[in-house]
Amino acid sequence: MSYDRAITVFSPDGHLFQVEYAMEAVRRGSTAVGIKGKDCVVLAVERRALAKLQEARTIRKIVSVDERSVLAFAGLTADARVLIQKIRVEAQSYRLTMEDSPSIDYLARYLARTQQQYTQRGGVRPFGIASLFCGVSSDDGAPELYQTDPAGTHSRWKAQVIGGRNAKSLREFLEKQYQDGMEETACVRLAIQALLEVVDSGAKTMEVCVVRRGGKKETMEEDAIETIVKEIEAEQEEKRAPAAAASGGDSEYV
Amino acid sequence: MDTVLAITYKGGVVLAADQSNARSIISYQSNLDKIKELTSHSAMGVAGPNCDLVRFTEYIAKNLALYQLNHDGTQLSTKAQANFCRSELADALRKGPYQVNLLLGGFDEKAGPSLYFMDYLAALEKVNFGSHGYASSFCLSIMDKEYREDLSEEDALKIIDYCIHEIHTRFLISQPNFMVKVIDKDGVRVSKFGGDPADT
Repeated sequence: MSYDRAITVFSPDGHLFQVEYAMEAVRRGSTAVGIKGKDCVVLAVERRALAKLQEARTIRKIVSVDERSVLAFAGLTADARVLIQKIRVEAQSYRLTMEDSPSIDYLARYLARTQQQYTQRGGVRPFGIASLFCGVSSDDGAPELYQTDPAGTHSRWKAQVIGGRNAKSLREFLEKQYQDGMEETACVRLAIQALLEVVDSGAKTMEVCVVRRGGKKETMEEDAIETIVKEIEAEQEEKRAPAAAASGGDSEYV
Repeated sequence: MDTVLAITYKGGVVLAADQSNARSIISYQSNLDKIKELTSHSAMGVAGPNCDLVRFTEYIAKNLALYQLNHDGTQLSTKAQANFCRSELADALRKGPYQVNLLLGGFDEKAGPSLYFMDYLAALEKVNFGSHGYASSFCLSIMDKEYREDLSEEDALKIIDYCIHEIHTRFLISQPNFMVKVIDKDGVRVSKFGGDPADT
Protein backbone atom coordinates (compact mmCIF):
# COMPACT_ATOMS: atom_id res chain seq x y z
CA MET A 1 0.00 0.00 0.00
CA SER A 2 1.23 3.44 -0.84
CA TYR A 3 1.08 5.92 2.03
CA ASP A 4 2.23 8.97 0.10
CA ARG A 5 -0.85 9.86 -1.97
CA ALA A 6 -2.66 12.18 0.41
CA ILE A 7 -0.59 14.38 2.65
CA THR A 8 -2.84 13.92 5.65
CA VAL A 9 -2.06 10.23 5.90
CA PHE A 10 0.67 8.87 8.15
CA SER A 11 2.48 5.72 7.12
CA PRO A 12 2.37 2.78 9.56
CA ASP A 13 5.85 3.59 10.83
CA GLY A 14 5.03 7.25 11.45
CA HIS A 15 6.43 8.87 8.29
CA LEU A 16 4.91 11.78 6.42
CA PHE A 17 6.24 10.83 3.03
CA GLN A 18 5.17 14.02 1.25
CA VAL A 19 7.18 16.06 3.71
CA GLU A 20 10.20 13.84 3.19
CA TYR A 21 9.83 14.09 -0.58
CA ALA A 22 9.65 17.88 -0.20
CA MET A 23 12.96 17.73 1.67
CA GLU A 24 14.37 15.84 -1.29
CA ALA A 25 13.27 18.74 -3.50
CA VAL A 26 15.27 20.99 -1.20
CA ARG A 27 18.32 18.81 -1.71
CA ARG A 28 17.98 19.34 -5.45
CA GLY A 29 18.05 23.10 -4.95
CA SER A 30 21.14 25.28 -4.91
CA THR A 31 23.18 25.64 -1.74
CA ALA A 32 22.75 28.54 0.65
CA VAL A 33 25.06 29.27 3.60
CA GLY A 34 24.26 31.54 6.57
CA ILE A 35 26.85 32.67 9.12
CA LYS A 36 26.09 34.77 12.19
CA GLY A 37 28.84 36.98 13.57
CA LYS A 38 29.17 39.46 16.40
CA ASP A 39 27.57 42.37 14.54
CA CYS A 40 26.32 40.88 11.30
CA VAL A 41 24.76 37.94 9.50
CA VAL A 42 26.08 36.83 6.13
CA LEU A 43 24.11 34.90 3.51
CA ALA A 44 25.93 33.34 0.57
CA VAL A 45 23.99 31.53 -2.13
CA GLU A 46 25.12 29.38 -5.02
CA ARG A 47 24.18 30.82 -8.37
CA ARG A 48 23.81 27.90 -10.75
CA ALA A 49 24.95 28.32 -14.35
CA LEU A 50 22.24 29.96 -16.38
CA ALA A 51 21.17 29.28 -19.92
CA LYS A 52 23.05 31.50 -22.34
CA LEU A 53 19.97 33.44 -23.41
CA GLN A 54 18.77 34.07 -19.85
CA GLU A 55 19.20 37.51 -18.28
CA ALA A 56 21.28 37.00 -15.18
CA ARG A 57 20.18 40.12 -13.38
CA THR A 58 16.57 38.99 -13.14
CA ILE A 59 17.52 36.06 -10.92
CA ARG A 60 17.92 37.30 -7.38
CA LYS A 61 18.38 34.59 -4.83
CA ILE A 62 18.61 36.69 -1.67
CA VAL A 63 15.47 38.78 -1.23
CA SER A 64 14.44 41.54 1.13
CA VAL A 65 11.56 40.69 3.40
CA ASP A 66 11.28 43.69 5.68
CA GLU A 67 13.39 46.75 6.43
CA ARG A 68 16.01 44.84 8.40
CA SER A 69 15.73 41.26 7.19
CA VAL A 70 16.60 39.12 4.20
CA LEU A 71 15.81 35.59 3.10
CA ALA A 72 17.58 32.96 1.02
CA PHE A 73 15.93 29.69 0.05
CA ALA A 74 16.79 26.30 -1.39
CA GLY A 75 14.34 24.27 -3.44
CA LEU A 76 11.47 25.10 -5.79
CA THR A 77 11.75 28.71 -6.95
CA ALA A 78 8.03 29.12 -7.64
CA ASP A 79 7.07 27.90 -4.16
CA ALA A 80 9.59 30.33 -2.71
CA ARG A 81 8.01 33.24 -4.58
CA VAL A 82 4.63 32.48 -3.00
CA LEU A 83 6.06 32.12 0.52
CA ILE A 84 8.13 35.28 0.19
CA GLN A 85 5.06 37.24 -0.86
CA LYS A 86 3.13 35.89 2.15
CA ILE A 87 5.84 36.86 4.59
CA ARG A 88 6.28 40.33 3.05
CA VAL A 89 2.57 41.05 3.36
CA GLU A 90 2.61 39.73 6.95
CA ALA A 91 5.49 42.07 7.84
CA GLN A 92 3.62 45.11 6.47
CA SER A 93 0.39 43.94 8.08
CA TYR A 94 2.15 43.70 11.44
CA ARG A 95 3.54 47.20 10.96
CA LEU A 96 0.07 48.52 10.14
CA THR A 97 -1.69 47.03 13.15
CA MET A 98 1.09 47.12 15.79
CA GLU A 99 2.77 50.35 14.62
CA ASP A 100 6.05 48.61 15.24
CA SER A 101 8.37 46.44 13.19
CA PRO A 102 8.02 42.65 13.57
CA SER A 103 10.91 40.84 15.23
CA ILE A 104 12.97 38.33 13.25
CA ASP A 105 11.65 35.61 15.56
CA TYR A 106 8.04 36.56 14.81
CA LEU A 107 8.56 36.43 11.05
CA ALA A 108 10.48 33.16 11.23
CA ARG A 109 7.67 31.65 13.30
CA TYR A 110 5.13 32.93 10.79
CA LEU A 111 7.09 31.38 7.93
CA ALA A 112 7.35 28.06 9.75
CA ARG A 113 3.67 28.12 10.76
CA THR A 114 2.67 28.70 7.13
CA GLN A 115 4.84 25.82 5.94
CA GLN A 116 3.35 23.53 8.60
CA GLN A 117 -0.22 24.45 7.66
CA TYR A 118 0.42 23.06 4.21
CA THR A 119 1.35 19.69 5.71
CA GLN A 120 -1.92 19.26 7.56
CA ARG A 121 -4.54 20.20 5.01
CA GLY A 122 -6.30 18.09 2.42
CA GLY A 123 -5.57 18.61 -1.22
CA VAL A 124 -2.40 20.65 -0.88
CA ARG A 125 1.23 19.67 -0.95
CA PRO A 126 3.98 21.10 1.26
CA PHE A 127 6.19 23.94 0.04
CA GLY A 128 9.30 22.43 -1.48
CA ILE A 129 11.66 24.89 0.13
CA ALA A 130 13.88 25.36 3.13
CA SER A 131 14.84 28.90 4.00
CA LEU A 132 17.54 30.84 5.79
CA PHE A 133 15.91 33.91 7.27
CA CYS A 134 18.10 36.47 8.98
CA GLY A 135 18.36 40.06 10.09
CA VAL A 136 18.13 42.27 13.16
CA SER A 137 14.96 42.79 15.15
CA SER A 138 15.59 46.43 15.95
CA ASP A 139 18.16 49.14 15.32
CA ASP A 140 20.27 48.04 18.28
CA GLY A 141 19.32 44.37 18.19
CA ALA A 142 21.77 41.52 17.80
CA PRO A 143 21.90 39.69 14.46
CA GLU A 144 19.79 36.51 14.22
CA LEU A 145 19.73 33.58 11.80
CA TYR A 146 16.79 31.18 11.47
CA GLN A 147 16.21 28.13 9.33
CA THR A 148 12.83 26.70 8.29
CA ASP A 149 12.10 23.48 6.42
CA PRO A 150 9.17 21.86 4.56
CA ALA A 151 7.95 20.20 7.75
CA GLY A 152 7.34 23.62 9.25
CA THR A 153 10.01 23.55 11.92
CA HIS A 154 12.07 26.62 12.62
CA SER A 155 15.20 26.93 14.68
CA ARG A 156 17.86 29.48 15.41
CA TRP A 157 21.40 28.85 14.21
CA LYS A 158 24.88 30.30 14.50
CA ALA A 159 25.74 28.94 11.07
CA GLN A 160 23.72 26.75 8.74
CA VAL A 161 23.62 25.28 5.25
CA ILE A 162 20.56 24.37 3.21
CA GLY A 163 20.14 22.84 -0.22
CA GLY A 164 22.53 20.97 -2.44
CA ARG A 165 23.74 17.40 -2.15
CA ASN A 166 26.61 18.26 0.16
CA ALA A 167 24.74 20.07 2.92
CA LYS A 168 25.78 17.52 5.53
CA SER A 169 29.51 17.70 4.80
CA LEU A 170 29.33 21.50 4.56
CA ARG A 171 27.69 21.60 7.97
CA GLU A 172 30.58 19.56 9.37
CA PHE A 173 33.01 21.97 7.69
CA LEU A 174 31.24 24.90 9.38
CA GLU A 175 31.23 23.14 12.74
CA LYS A 176 35.00 22.88 12.54
CA GLN A 177 35.64 26.41 11.30
CA TYR A 178 32.97 28.46 13.07
CA GLN A 179 33.93 30.65 15.97
CA ASP A 180 31.67 32.73 18.18
CA GLY A 181 31.75 36.51 17.78
CA MET A 182 33.50 36.75 14.41
CA GLU A 183 33.92 40.11 12.73
CA GLU A 184 32.22 40.80 9.41
CA THR A 185 35.26 40.10 7.24
CA ALA A 186 35.78 36.72 8.91
CA CYS A 187 32.11 35.81 8.48
CA VAL A 188 32.10 36.75 4.80
CA ARG A 189 35.29 34.80 4.27
CA LEU A 190 33.95 31.68 5.96
CA ALA A 191 30.70 31.86 4.01
CA ILE A 192 32.51 32.14 0.68
CA GLN A 193 34.97 29.45 1.70
CA ALA A 194 32.12 27.09 2.50
CA LEU A 195 30.41 27.81 -0.81
CA LEU A 196 33.65 27.28 -2.74
CA GLU A 197 33.56 23.66 -1.59
CA VAL A 198 30.50 23.08 -3.75
CA VAL A 199 30.55 25.67 -6.53
CA ASP A 200 32.92 26.38 -9.35
CA SER A 201 35.37 29.08 -8.45
CA GLY A 202 34.49 32.60 -9.41
CA ALA A 203 32.37 35.50 -8.19
CA LYS A 204 29.77 34.89 -10.88
CA THR A 205 28.70 31.67 -9.20
CA MET A 206 27.70 33.20 -5.91
CA GLU A 207 25.54 35.94 -4.42
CA VAL A 208 26.52 37.32 -1.02
CA CYS A 209 24.52 39.61 1.25
CA VAL A 210 25.35 41.09 4.67
CA VAL A 211 22.90 42.45 7.27
CA ARG A 212 24.59 44.50 9.95
CA ARG A 213 23.62 45.49 13.47
CA GLY A 214 21.66 48.70 12.94
CA GLY A 215 19.73 47.16 10.09
CA LYS A 216 21.87 48.11 7.10
CA LYS A 217 21.74 45.56 4.28
CA GLU A 218 24.40 45.22 1.61
CA THR A 219 24.69 42.95 -1.38
CA MET A 220 28.37 42.42 -2.13
CA GLU A 221 29.72 43.56 -5.47
CA GLU A 222 31.17 40.95 -7.78
CA ASP A 223 34.65 42.51 -7.57
CA ALA A 224 34.65 42.30 -3.79
CA ILE A 225 33.64 38.63 -3.90
CA GLU A 226 36.26 37.94 -6.56
CA THR A 227 38.97 39.44 -4.37
CA ILE A 228 38.07 37.21 -1.44
CA VAL A 229 37.79 34.14 -3.68
CA LYS A 230 41.30 34.79 -5.02
CA GLU A 231 42.62 35.25 -1.47
CA ILE A 232 41.12 31.95 -0.34
CA GLU A 233 42.45 30.12 -3.40
CA ALA A 234 45.91 31.59 -2.94
CA GLU A 235 45.88 30.40 0.65
CA GLN A 236 44.85 26.92 -0.41
CA GLU A 237 47.59 26.90 -3.06
CA GLU A 238 50.16 27.74 -0.41
CA LYS A 239 48.95 24.89 1.76
CA ARG A 240 49.20 22.58 -1.19
CA ALA A 241 52.60 23.74 -2.44
CA PRO A 242 54.76 22.55 0.50
CA ALA A 243 52.94 19.19 0.40
CA ALA A 244 53.67 18.93 -3.33
CA ALA A 245 57.32 19.73 -2.77
CA ALA A 246 57.55 17.13 -0.03
CA SER A 247 55.93 14.33 -2.00
CA GLY A 248 57.88 15.10 -5.13
CA GLY A 249 55.40 17.19 -7.07
CA ASP A 250 52.46 14.84 -7.56
CA SER A 251 49.92 15.52 -4.84
CA GLU A 252 46.53 13.86 -4.44
CA TYR A 253 45.64 16.53 -1.91
CA VAL A 254 43.01 18.58 -3.74
CA MET B 1 -13.01 72.66 8.96
CA ASP B 2 -9.55 71.45 7.97
CA THR B 3 -7.43 73.58 5.72
CA VAL B 4 -5.06 71.93 3.28
CA LEU B 5 -3.07 73.91 0.72
CA ALA B 6 -0.51 72.93 -1.87
CA ILE B 7 1.46 74.53 -4.66
CA THR B 8 4.08 73.22 -7.07
CA TYR B 9 7.21 75.13 -7.98
CA LYS B 10 10.17 74.52 -10.24
CA GLY B 11 11.88 71.70 -8.39
CA GLY B 12 9.32 70.67 -5.81
CA VAL B 13 5.97 70.88 -4.08
CA VAL B 14 4.94 72.77 -0.95
CA LEU B 15 2.18 71.28 1.21
CA ALA B 16 0.55 73.15 4.08
CA ALA B 17 -2.20 72.22 6.52
CA ASP B 18 -3.68 73.64 9.69
CA GLN B 19 -2.88 71.84 12.93
CA SER B 20 -6.13 72.00 14.85
CA ASN B 21 -8.03 68.93 16.01
CA ALA B 22 -11.43 69.97 17.33
CA ARG B 23 -15.03 68.84 17.61
CA SER B 24 -18.10 70.87 18.59
CA ILE B 25 -16.89 73.44 21.12
CA ILE B 26 -13.82 71.52 22.24
CA SER B 27 -10.28 71.78 20.91
CA TYR B 28 -8.45 68.45 21.37
CA GLN B 29 -5.07 69.60 20.14
CA SER B 30 -3.41 72.35 18.15
CA ASN B 31 -0.28 70.55 16.98
CA LEU B 32 -1.68 67.79 14.78
CA ASP B 33 0.38 66.90 11.72
CA LYS B 34 -2.08 66.41 8.85
CA ILE B 35 0.58 65.99 6.18
CA LYS B 36 1.43 62.30 6.16
CA GLU B 37 4.58 61.05 4.48
CA LEU B 38 3.95 58.11 2.16
CA THR B 39 7.34 57.33 0.65
CA SER B 40 10.70 59.04 0.81
CA HIS B 41 9.61 61.51 -1.90
CA SER B 42 5.86 61.87 -1.49
CA ALA B 43 3.38 63.11 1.09
CA MET B 44 -0.34 63.65 1.41
CA GLY B 45 -2.15 66.59 3.03
CA VAL B 46 -5.45 65.27 4.41
CA ALA B 47 -8.68 67.01 5.39
CA GLY B 48 -11.25 64.95 7.25
CA PRO B 49 -11.96 63.06 10.49
CA ASN B 50 -8.83 62.00 12.33
CA CYS B 51 -9.73 58.29 12.24
CA ASP B 52 -10.00 58.18 8.45
CA LEU B 53 -6.89 60.33 8.12
CA VAL B 54 -4.82 57.84 10.11
CA ARG B 55 -6.35 54.64 8.74
CA PHE B 56 -6.24 55.67 5.10
CA THR B 57 -2.74 57.18 5.05
CA GLU B 58 -1.14 54.31 7.00
CA TYR B 59 -2.84 51.73 4.77
CA ILE B 60 -1.59 53.48 1.63
CA ALA B 61 1.90 53.97 3.05
CA LYS B 62 2.29 50.30 4.03
CA ASN B 63 1.09 49.14 0.62
CA LEU B 64 3.59 51.44 -1.05
CA ALA B 65 6.32 49.97 1.16
CA LEU B 66 5.22 46.46 0.15
CA TYR B 67 5.42 47.45 -3.52
CA GLN B 68 8.96 48.67 -3.00
CA LEU B 69 9.98 45.40 -1.31
CA ASN B 70 8.43 43.36 -4.07
CA HIS B 71 10.13 45.34 -6.80
CA ASP B 72 13.72 45.38 -5.63
CA GLY B 73 13.58 48.91 -4.24
CA THR B 74 11.88 50.74 -7.14
CA GLN B 75 9.32 53.25 -5.95
CA LEU B 76 5.98 53.91 -7.57
CA SER B 77 5.79 57.22 -9.42
CA THR B 78 3.70 59.98 -7.85
CA LYS B 79 1.15 59.52 -10.63
CA ALA B 80 0.87 55.80 -9.85
CA GLN B 81 0.60 56.47 -6.12
CA ALA B 82 -2.21 58.97 -6.73
CA ASN B 83 -4.06 56.53 -8.96
CA PHE B 84 -3.66 53.79 -6.35
CA CYS B 85 -5.13 56.10 -3.69
CA ARG B 86 -8.00 56.97 -5.98
CA SER B 87 -8.81 53.35 -6.67
CA GLU B 88 -8.80 52.54 -2.93
CA LEU B 89 -11.15 55.48 -2.32
CA ALA B 90 -13.40 54.30 -5.15
CA ASP B 91 -13.51 50.71 -3.87
CA ALA B 92 -14.44 51.85 -0.39
CA LEU B 93 -16.95 54.43 -1.60
CA ARG B 94 -19.93 52.11 -1.89
CA LYS B 95 -18.92 49.95 1.05
CA GLY B 96 -17.51 52.09 3.84
CA PRO B 97 -16.19 55.37 2.46
CA TYR B 98 -13.11 57.16 3.72
CA GLN B 99 -14.22 60.74 4.32
CA VAL B 100 -10.88 62.23 3.33
CA ASN B 101 -10.00 65.01 0.92
CA LEU B 102 -6.42 64.79 -0.24
CA LEU B 103 -3.64 66.75 -1.85
CA LEU B 104 -0.89 64.29 -2.80
CA GLY B 105 2.44 65.83 -3.76
CA GLY B 106 5.59 64.06 -4.84
CA PHE B 107 8.90 64.36 -6.62
CA ASP B 108 10.06 61.90 -9.29
CA GLU B 109 13.53 61.85 -10.80
CA LYS B 110 12.27 61.97 -14.36
CA ALA B 111 8.89 63.68 -14.10
CA GLY B 112 9.92 66.22 -11.49
CA PRO B 113 7.38 67.61 -9.03
CA SER B 114 3.68 66.84 -9.32
CA LEU B 115 0.53 67.48 -7.30
CA TYR B 116 -2.72 65.55 -7.34
CA PHE B 117 -6.10 66.70 -6.03
CA MET B 118 -8.46 64.00 -4.73
CA ASP B 119 -11.75 64.19 -2.90
CA TYR B 120 -13.75 61.72 -0.83
CA LEU B 121 -15.82 60.69 -3.86
CA ALA B 122 -12.61 59.46 -5.53
CA ALA B 123 -12.23 62.26 -8.02
CA LEU B 124 -8.64 62.69 -9.20
CA GLU B 125 -7.01 65.56 -11.05
CA LYS B 126 -3.44 66.67 -11.61
CA VAL B 127 -3.10 70.31 -10.63
CA ASN B 128 -0.46 73.02 -10.25
CA PHE B 129 -1.91 74.18 -6.96
CA GLY B 130 -4.93 73.33 -4.84
CA SER B 131 -6.75 73.60 -1.56
CA HIS B 132 -9.37 71.74 0.46
CA GLY B 133 -11.88 72.94 2.98
CA TYR B 134 -13.32 76.41 3.64
CA ALA B 135 -9.86 77.74 2.89
CA SER B 136 -10.57 77.24 -0.79
CA SER B 137 -12.92 80.21 -0.76
CA PHE B 138 -10.13 82.42 0.49
CA CYS B 139 -6.99 80.94 -1.00
CA LEU B 140 -7.74 79.58 -4.45
CA SER B 141 -7.98 83.05 -5.94
CA ILE B 142 -4.70 84.10 -4.32
CA MET B 143 -2.88 81.08 -5.75
CA ASP B 144 -4.58 81.62 -9.10
CA LYS B 145 -3.23 85.17 -9.27
CA GLU B 146 0.26 84.46 -7.99
CA TYR B 147 1.05 81.10 -9.60
CA ARG B 148 3.57 80.98 -12.46
CA GLU B 149 5.40 78.11 -14.16
CA ASP B 150 8.85 79.08 -12.92
CA LEU B 151 8.35 79.74 -9.24
CA SER B 152 11.27 79.22 -6.89
CA GLU B 153 10.94 77.50 -3.50
CA GLU B 154 11.05 80.89 -1.82
CA ASP B 155 8.25 82.18 -4.08
CA ALA B 156 6.09 79.15 -3.38
CA LEU B 157 6.57 79.46 0.39
CA LYS B 158 5.67 83.15 0.16
CA ILE B 159 2.43 82.37 -1.66
CA ILE B 160 1.54 79.84 1.04
CA ASP B 161 2.27 82.53 3.62
CA TYR B 162 -0.12 84.92 1.82
CA CYS B 163 -2.81 82.22 1.97
CA ILE B 164 -2.22 81.53 5.65
CA HIS B 165 -2.31 85.25 6.39
CA GLU B 166 -5.63 85.55 4.55
CA ILE B 167 -7.06 82.67 6.58
CA HIS B 168 -5.89 84.25 9.82
CA THR B 169 -7.46 87.57 8.83
CA ARG B 170 -10.76 86.53 7.25
CA PHE B 171 -11.67 82.98 8.28
CA LEU B 172 -14.12 82.84 11.17
CA ILE B 173 -12.68 79.70 12.77
CA SER B 174 -9.38 80.15 14.54
CA GLN B 175 -6.55 78.14 12.99
CA PRO B 176 -3.46 79.64 14.58
CA ASN B 177 -0.99 76.87 13.74
CA PHE B 178 0.01 75.63 10.30
CA MET B 179 2.38 72.83 9.29
CA VAL B 180 4.34 73.47 6.10
CA LYS B 181 6.32 70.73 4.34
CA VAL B 182 8.46 70.81 1.22
CA ILE B 183 9.09 67.91 -1.18
CA ASP B 184 12.02 68.15 -3.57
CA LYS B 185 14.80 65.97 -4.95
CA ASP B 186 16.11 65.43 -1.43
CA GLY B 187 12.82 64.09 -0.12
CA VAL B 188 10.19 65.34 2.29
CA ARG B 189 11.16 67.86 4.96
CA VAL B 190 9.41 70.14 7.40
CA SER B 191 9.71 73.80 6.50
CA LYS B 192 7.98 75.23 9.55
CA PHE B 193 5.16 74.57 11.97
CA GLY B 194 3.11 76.46 14.50
CA GLY B 195 2.80 73.63 17.02
CA ASP B 196 5.40 70.88 17.46
CA PRO B 197 3.67 67.53 16.80
CA ALA B 198 6.17 65.89 19.13
CA ASP B 199 4.79 67.80 22.12
CA THR B 200 2.50 65.45 24.04
